[in-house]
Amino acid sequence: MKQFFAFVEKEFYHIFRDKATMLIILLMPVVQVLIFGFAITTDIQNTEIAVLDQCNTPESRTLVAKMDAGSYFQVSGYLDSPEQIDEVFKKGKIKMAVVIPPGFSRDLTEGETAQVQLVTDATNPNEASIITGYLQNIIGAFAMELKPENPPLPMVNVETRMLYNPQLKSAYTFVPGVIGLVLMLICTLMTSVSIVREREHGTMEALLVAPSKPIYIIFAKTVPYFCISIFNLLVIILLSIFAFDVPIRGSFLMFFLASITYIFTSLCLGIFISTVSKTQQIAMIISLMGLMLPTVLLSGLMFPIESMPALLQGLSYLLPARWFIDMGRVIMIKGLGFSYIWMQWTILMGMAAVFLALSVRGFKVRLT
Amino acid sequence: MGIRERLLRERKAIQSLQDGYVIKVKDLTKKFGDFTAVDHISFEVRKGEIFGFLGANGAGKTTAIRMLCGLHRPTSGSGMVAGFDIATQQEDIKRHIGYMSQKFSLYNDLKVWENIRLFAGIYGVNENLIAKKTDILLSRLGFMAEKNTLVGELPLGWKQKLAFSVAIFHEPEIVFLDEPTGGVDPLTRRQFWELIYEAVSRGITVFVTTHYMDEAEYCNRVSMMVDGRIEMLDTPKNLRTHFGVESMEEVFTLVAQNATRKED
Repeated sequence: MKQFFAFVEKEFYHIFRDKATMLIILLMPVVQVLIFGFAITTDIQNTEIAVLDQCNTPESRTLVAKMDAGSYFQVSGYLDSPEQIDEVFKKGKIKMAVVIPPGFSRDLTEGETAQVQLVTDATNPNEASIITGYLQNIIGAFAMELKPENPPLPMVNVETRMLYNPQLKSAYTFVPGVIGLVLMLICTLMTSVSIVREREHGTMEALLVAPSKPIYIIFAKTVPYFCISIFNLLVIILLSIFAFDVPIRGSFLMFFLASITYIFTSLCLGIFISTVSKTQQIAMIISLMGLMLPTVLLSGLMFPIESMPALLQGLSYLLPARWFIDMGRVIMIKGLGFSYIWMQWTILMGMAAVFLALSVRGFKVRLT
Repeated sequence: MGIRERLLRERKAIQSLQDGYVIKVKDLTKKFGDFTAVDHISFEVRKGEIFGFLGANGAGKTTAIRMLCGLHRPTSGSGMVAGFDIATQQEDIKRHIGYMSQKFSLYNDLKVWENIRLFAGIYGVNENLIAKKTDILLSRLGFMAEKNTLVGELPLGWKQKLAFSVAIFHEPEIVFLDEPTGGVDPLTRRQFWELIYEAVSRGITVFVTTHYMDEAEYCNRVSMMVDGRIEMLDTPKNLRTHFGVESMEEVFTLVAQNATRKED
């Protein structure tokens, strides 16, 4: 056991004396959270719209004022003719143009169905449909207010409630994702590279020819990365609570358990990668291309898994991050307990067991 | 493993060393698939001897050493190192030998004393003893001022002297040196050999591979390996008389000229 702690101490020296890497490890989670939080947000905020009000009556002006009122939209241009619509879209600042035709007020007062046209820049289809949806809600609310005493009879009143995340804040979904990404990077990439490095430098041979237990050498490698991961985990959580108001609705302990399980799985994966890679470059490529990229694209961090083709959905099952992100969202956002994450948890543990078994086998093969 | 059991094994090992041989190898063979890296080699090394292990690159030296150190399992043949069986008692062997590999194998990002403490600690040397011996060692090498220097900042010759000192820090029976003086200047090589002689005077057996034929002259006996087999084994003087030449350089050229294996 004394030997084990000697190895752990040595690993800490390796990491702390490599200032550049240290800085990256500690800053990366902060930068990632900020980037995801402020830049890659899908929230609707101050979207600029233009209005072509051909009616120009108190009713139409009330509608425009309502659109401008909330924090979602900002009416930044009043147009005079339909020709101008094309022009403002080409300039690119305006995401949507609202056309209120001349007969708008008349139709309303005469009980006809009034028309409003929404013209949207669908360069980014996701964003286009989101802002159209928001604006339709505003217009719908306007119509309800206008004739509360006389609702059109054959109408289905749709009442939508957004559960768990009523403000539709994207921070709620990306925080578990970023945690998954950062922990994978540190645990898997750094661990595998650091084991392969020893082999490349010949120091592994020196350790193996001494009476040191290989299992101690490997496990000692994982200890510092485990500690750093816990630290980063706390940083991300604090940052998301205080900067983005993301709650942890479920038990914090449960979330911690889920994270530790995920860290463990990632470390085992890192050790496994180290047993199959001959050089640091190969370990890095396997971790980045084979793991990081799929994790970003397929784990549900950015794009919903349900809308992927079946093949990619199948691939996503192989990613530890997918299961962790799932658990993270269930605990943090939905506030549910273990009975809702036991499957994901079991899958992660199973993966860890498989990686560990494969590594032990790989390590033995190398020595005989 | 019980302490009692281990003591019994140690006693048996010491008994088997009574005949004066610390390494005894018979028909040792290592195959990787179809390739026979080491082909039935047999030899003995006496206690306190400097045993030179020569051969061109790819002749199988490193594989042989790795079997003796318990890193590779032999395909066939048998051997004893420090009184322990190389096929079954690798862990006991590891405790009684020192090893300095071809590649520099201290940690560049650890300080001089941290490297010493780490490796001595692996061999189970007691903490106080390590501290005491470290100071003695460093002042003898003239490295006292570098105690807190990162090893990566030392010149190559110093690193190698330090690596050797670390390899024998725990007073092993045998130290295996795999091309310890590669790439250093003649003066440093001389100083390195002085360290080797000093270790021998303390009763440590030295098993060394080298490319430098002048260094072969410093050995008590040398073996010459060609294509996985030991072709010649004798004292440098006898080898020179046998071939009727002036230097080990010429002996080696004559022995190695029939090699069929390419350098790897």
